[in-house]
Amino acid sequence: MNTPFHSSKAMAADAAAPETPLLITNISRREFLQGATALGGLVLAVGYPGDLRAEDPPKYGADAMPHGWVDSPLVFVAIGEDGIVSIVCHRSEMGQGVRTGMPMIVADELEADWTRVRVVQAPGDEARYGNQDTDGSRSTRHFFMPMRRCGAAARQMLEAAAAARWQVPVGDVQAKNHEVVHVATGRRFGYGALAKEASSMPVPAPDAIRLKDPAQFRYIGTGKLKLVDAPDIATGKAQYGIDTRLPSMLYAVVARPQVYGGKVVSYDATAALKLPGVVRVVQIEPTPGPPEFNPLGGVAVIARNTWAATQGRSALKIVWDDGANAGYDSVAYKATLEEAAGKAGLVVRNDGDFSAAAAAAAKRITAEYYLPHLAHASMEPPAASARIVQGKCEVWGGFQSPQGVRDRVAKRLDMPVEDVTVHVTLLGGGFGRKSMCDYGIEAAVLSKAMDGSPVKVVWTRDDDLHNDYFHTVSVEHLEAGVDARGLPVAWLHRSVSPTIDSTFVADARQQANYELGMGVINVPFAIPNIRIENPEAIAHTRIGWFRSVTNIPHAFAVQSFVAELAAAAGRDPRDFLLEVIGPARVVTPQMLSDTYNEGESPERYPVDTGRLRGVVELAAKEAGWGRSLPKGSGLGIAAHYSFVSYVAAVVEVAVDARGEMTIPRVDIAIDCGATVNPDGVRAQLQGACVMGVSAAMSGAITFKGGRVQQDNFHQYEVTRMPAAPREIRVHIVPGDYGKPLGGVGEPGVPPVLPALCNAIFAATGKRIRRLPIGDQLRT
Amino acid sequence: MTRLNINGKQYDIDLPADTPLLWVLRDEIGLTGTKFGCGMALCGACTVHIDGQPGRACVTPISALAGRKIVTIEAIGADQVGQAVQAAWVDLNVPQCGYCQAGQIMSATALLKQNPRPTDADIDSAMTGNICRCGTYGRIRAAIKQAAGEKGATP
Repeated sequence: MNTPFHSSKAMAADAAAPETPLLITNISRREFLQGATALGGLVLAVGYPGDLRAEDPPKYGADAMPHGWVDSPLVFVAIGEDGIVSIVCHRSEMGQGVRTGMPMIVADELEADWTRVRVVQAPGDEARYGNQDTDGSRSTRHFFMPMRRCGAAARQMLEAAAAARWQVPVGDVQAKNHEVVHVATGRRFGYGALAKEASSMPVPAPDAIRLKDPAQFRYIGTGKLKLVDAPDIATGKAQYGIDTRLPSMLYAVVARPQVYGGKVVSYDATAALKLPGVVRVVQIEPTPGPPEFNPLGGVAVIARNTWAATQGRSALKIVWDDGANAGYDSVAYKATLEEAAGKAGLVVRNDGDFSAAAAAAAKRITAEYYLPHLAHASMEPPAASARIVQGKCEVWGGFQSPQGVRDRVAKRLDMPVEDVTVHVTLLGGGFGRKSMCDYGIEAAVLSKAMDGSPVKVVWTRDDDLHNDYFHTVSVEHLEAGVDARGLPVAWLHRSVSPTIDSTFVADARQQANYELGMGVINVPFAIPNIRIENPEAIAHTRIGWFRSVTNIPHAFAVQSFVAELAAAAGRDPRDFLLEVIGPARVVTPQMLSDTYNEGESPERYPVDTGRLRGVVELAAKEAGWGRSLPKGSGLGIAAHYSFVSYVAAVVEVAVDARGEMTIPRVDIAIDCGATVNPDGVRAQLQGACVMGVSAAMSGAITFKGGRVQQDNFHQYEVTRMPAAPREIRVHIVPGDYGKPLGGVGEPGVPPVLPALCNAIFAATGKRIRRLPIGDQLRT
Repeated sequence: MTRLNINGKQYDIDLPADTPLLWVLRDEIGLTGTKFGCGMALCGACTVHIDGQPGRACVTPISALAGRKIVTIEAIGADQVGQAVQAAWVDLNVPQCGYCQAGQIMSATALLKQNPRPTDADIDSAMTGNICRCGTYGRIRAAIKQAAGEKGATP
């Protein structure tokens, strides 16, 4: 059987026209390498070696994720007779470098020559690939070991094939740099020559897999490899969700309710339909109940090109019923949150006796912080394409959770999940937005309305800003009782913000454990009396995950407040922070009343305050903490534990006489355990600094009359080059490959906002408690 | 009918004269390297060269382009400077998601063609119209300097 498969580019661009087949002759589908064949949709039901699947998911980490993990080389590796090794990446690439990092792990254990490795993007199929939810900063931490085992198993199968051909014991041969060598004689076969025989070798049992000694890693941890997609990106060939082109494709732009929960009462499409290029106008029904990831409903204009669809939408006359949230007003809502923060709320952690200790303290200090909604504003707005041919639906797009798209499209179109294929393109930014797949469902619904014709739905920037799943808005109320030296002996934190749960459960009003466990409940401070409360808040818009999620408001409040206490005590902020963290010790999540712990085992992933201290000390040292700076300049420090990694940032600001601020330098230190791609870690931390600065300086989505007041980048300002930190120095704490890994994509963001505002305080004496900074520094 | 010269080829486009170049490139011709980001010339994702000058395709109607030479990211590698910029982008691992980078490369190439040794202030000024939400600005600056032939440009 000749078994062609598509390259990832071909898949993304046009599944109807696959590129030249790369693979192999005479490979049956049950043999080695069949994994890649499934990408073309050519392989039907596939059996897995049971001992390589997580049959019975235990409780934590990758085991606890839907569909767990898979480590079979039959699923992830294909070797052509030309020696080209194709490695499947089953997680979505949104700039975090996963299409470089994940295959690199396999290639390293496989002893593959990277120049002969091709990366193939998996479609949404978790039963086959394991969990594909690309979120929570967990791709590498959950799949480092499965991908190592996968590569090692494939290497051993190649060695077994060579040994069989030479009729020598397998212990006498060694795979090295794309060849298997008979050590005694120097005879060798390239991987391509062995591929077919290797395919009939048994997959090694888990206890027979021989992993490399990390000292022998050729790619992992070296930082030498270039990004696999960079050449295509730099030449305009890279394919994003918005770039999908299919024969006879139609283009859709949708008028959605501008108020959360709003509905179409009636519409008049007469004028729209008269415009050149407009083909049809279709109403999309909203879904009853909480929004989940469903389309908001509205009226779609389907046209011959995106511009005509956009013009058509402008010509629609729609009567809306705005519904219950037409009064949502950010100014009034801030007051509502502040009122709630002023009263006791649900106690979610209670160590010692806050009230008694605060009453007995030498001094009480109170501060309240406000952070507005944020929009993800990925540079590629949501966009997806779909077509339905002979009862089978294909969807293309940049999705963080492709299986989630598959399941929901199947449900919405009432077809079996097996009849839905979701092709994953590159994501032009995700930041959590593209975990929510409403746009993918819209494309499928519109294709169905057009009798299966291919339809691409494109969100304009105002769609993206008006109808995002917004980062929450919050008031963080802190009180401390301090002793005679100014150190806190009593700590109260009331965190009030509408919960992401409201997107799934009607009327949810409390932060979920996954929100509380992001830096409010699990502060690992050496304070005997701690009370954490969560007063209720009602959501009036869709709330969703935004890169680092509620760690942003929690870290901003906690790390600003520690600096405020330091100032009140007349202490150096770094020394004071270290003293509040306390001595190096291991703290279990249970001791912090944290039931979340990022889904990780409390035993494998306790909080290690020594590591938190370590990044504070490293960032401070590298930043030259204490160095003399000119008037108007200052250094600020903050640290935060999130996504089971430890990050500290020192930000240097310079504020001139008019209140114009620049950021000459940031030093950011991370302890995420061992790293796969150190340059990728540096890139993620650099990006996190810019995103944190952006949120702090100008990020704000506000509502009036239930409607978002920002239409585009002139009103929702994100940091541009001149305002970005001029120099970002990333410091990585060396790790041990034998120990659990931490997250990287998100944990850089939270400490940046408080470090920046602490620096502003150092530079100007002005304490920022309300974000964004906006014009608060203007004189 | 509007006749356009794009990457050295002639195209006769039968669309309303107010249609922005961006959608002609992307939807009609299939040159999807030029990206949509804002539709209001605010983000630079759609930057192309029009007679050698950087321009925003999302707000440039095709009626304004008859007889003018348009170059997109797909063809900028034919230019020596463009090729050097692309090479620096790859060498320094500039992209994260990569979506804005076509526009960044077009702006950077236009800068270097006019100013082969830009200062930091020159770079700020030329690149301020191009948003990168991933925050790759430090590497973009380093790559521009590397393409300009500066030694030791590090992100």
